[in-house]
Order: sequence, then structure tokens, then C-alpha cells
Amino acid sequence: MELHIILLFMIVAALVAVEARDLISSLISLSAAGLGLSLSFLILKAPGLAITQLVVEILCIIILIRGTINKDLPLVKDGRWFFNTIATVVFLACFLIFAFFALKELPKFGEPSMRVSKEYIADSLTSTGFANVVSAITQHFRNLDALAEAAVLFAAIIGVLAVTRKAGRVNGK
Amino acid sequence: MSLYLLCILLFCVGLYSILRKRNIIKIIIGLGIIEYAVNLFFILIGYRMHGRAPIFSGDQAVLNMVDPLPQAIVMTTIVIGLAITTLAVSLAIRIYEKYGTFDITKIRKLRG
Repeated sequence: MELHIILLFMIVAALVAVEARDLISSLISLSAAGLGLSLSFLILKAPGLAITQLVVEILCIIILIRGTINKDLPLVKDGRWFFNTIATVVFLACFLIFAFFALKELPKFGEPSMRVSKEYIADSLTSTGFANVVSAITQHFRNLDALAEAAVLFAAIIGVLAVTRKAGRVNGK
Repeated sequence: MSLYLLCILLFCVGLYSILRKRNIIKIIIGLGIIEYAVNLFFILIGYRMHGRAPIFSGDQAVLNMVDPLPQAIVMTTIVIGLAITTLAVSLAIRIYEKYGTFDITKIRKLRG
């Protein structure tokens, strides 16, 4: 029941973040939604994820505020209002139709199908020595995932450095 | 089931923000909301009713743990979401330096 309340709070915070006039208040509403996500991870028995989400949320908000401070945009009303609304409705309808068919195939809430995880839980303490099964999976059973994650992080850092460098190419050279 | 529907509603809010808004920062905020919804959906699928956290402790009798595999995957996804946000914000800052606006309809002409 408390999970429903937190999810409704997250949806309201996300709506405020989307519709707020100035960017700083919408960023603060986004961080409120992230805090709700962290709380719901805690209720869903994922304590490590709650800590990670909190830290990453703070970093994201700092970066977004750095990007938007002193650069505000007044609300714009003109433009292709009709075409934009039609496109939005079509995309949302497509997503909802696919979600309707996908929801039938899912296991019921509260009864996960643990075909793979059963082996992980059984082997975790004997073959790796980790008491935390999540660390055993990320550090031992599926360590290639962590390698790919590091590769993506370095690619993102290279992209940020390439985009924000000051010295560009001079004309004609 | 109602939790799944609320999660899909959160996803729809983010999708609406991406498709309908004209401010680049609002689009990045929509990406963040979609990322929240997808992470929450993974964890909801792996939840076991009255389960406990997937950590072994002294009393080995209780073994009804929640599914640890989605948690391990979402741990990766959260960090990659940070990388995506950083890259998008740096692109937005660069666009603001060149064009002086965040409005995506004003960014039409190529300026070298």
C-alpha cells in the first residue's frame, strides 16, 4: 500500500517537473521523484540500489543545475501545436498498445520466476564467498557486464570532453 | 498489477515530455523520468511477496529472497543513466553557447 502512495507521489512530482515554468523548480521536482524512487527501492528490498540511486541522483542534479543556471527560457506558445499534439498522441497510443500485450506475459506481482537466480543464490556463498548475492552476480557471475559498463562510462567521458573543449578548429585551417 | 500500471503511467509522463516540449532541458528531464520508470519496473518484476533482501546473514533458515538478478542489472543501468545525462547536458550547453537558446525550433541553421 505504501508503495502505491510513493508511486503516486513520483508521478505527481514528474508532472510538476514537466510542466513547471522555470527550470530550477522543475529540476527540484525531478530530484523529488528520484528520492521517491530511492525510497521504493528500499521498500522493494534492494538496499544497495537505494544508496546508488541517491548518490547518482545528487550528481545528476548538480550537473543539470550547472547546465541551466542563468539560462532560462520563457514559455513559448506558438509553433506547430496541432502537428505536435497528433504526433504525441500517436506515439503514446503505440506504446500503450505494446504495453497491453506485454503485460499479459508477465509473471504476477510478488511471484518472480527465478530460473537463473536459483543457481546464483545456491552457488553464491560456496563458490564466490560473497554474502551479498547482488555483489556476487556483478563481481563474479556476470563480470563482463561491469566491463561493458566501464567501457560505456569512458566513451561518455570522451564524448563530453570532445563536445565541451574550448579550442576548436579555426576557419580555413 | 496496479503497480505495473502506475509504472507505465510514469513512463508515459516522460514520453510526453520528450515528444511535446520544446526546451532541451525539459527533454533531458523526460529522459530521466523514463529511466526511473524502467528501473522501477525491473525491480517490481523481481519482487517476492514478504521476501527479504538478497544478503546471507547468520540465520540461514529463511531463504525466501527477492530476485537478485534484476538488481544486479539495474545497478549497471543507474550508472549508465548518469553518463547519458552528462553527455546530453554537455551537448545542451554547447548548443546554448552557439545559438543562445534552448528552444529546439530555433536551432535550424548550420553555423560553423
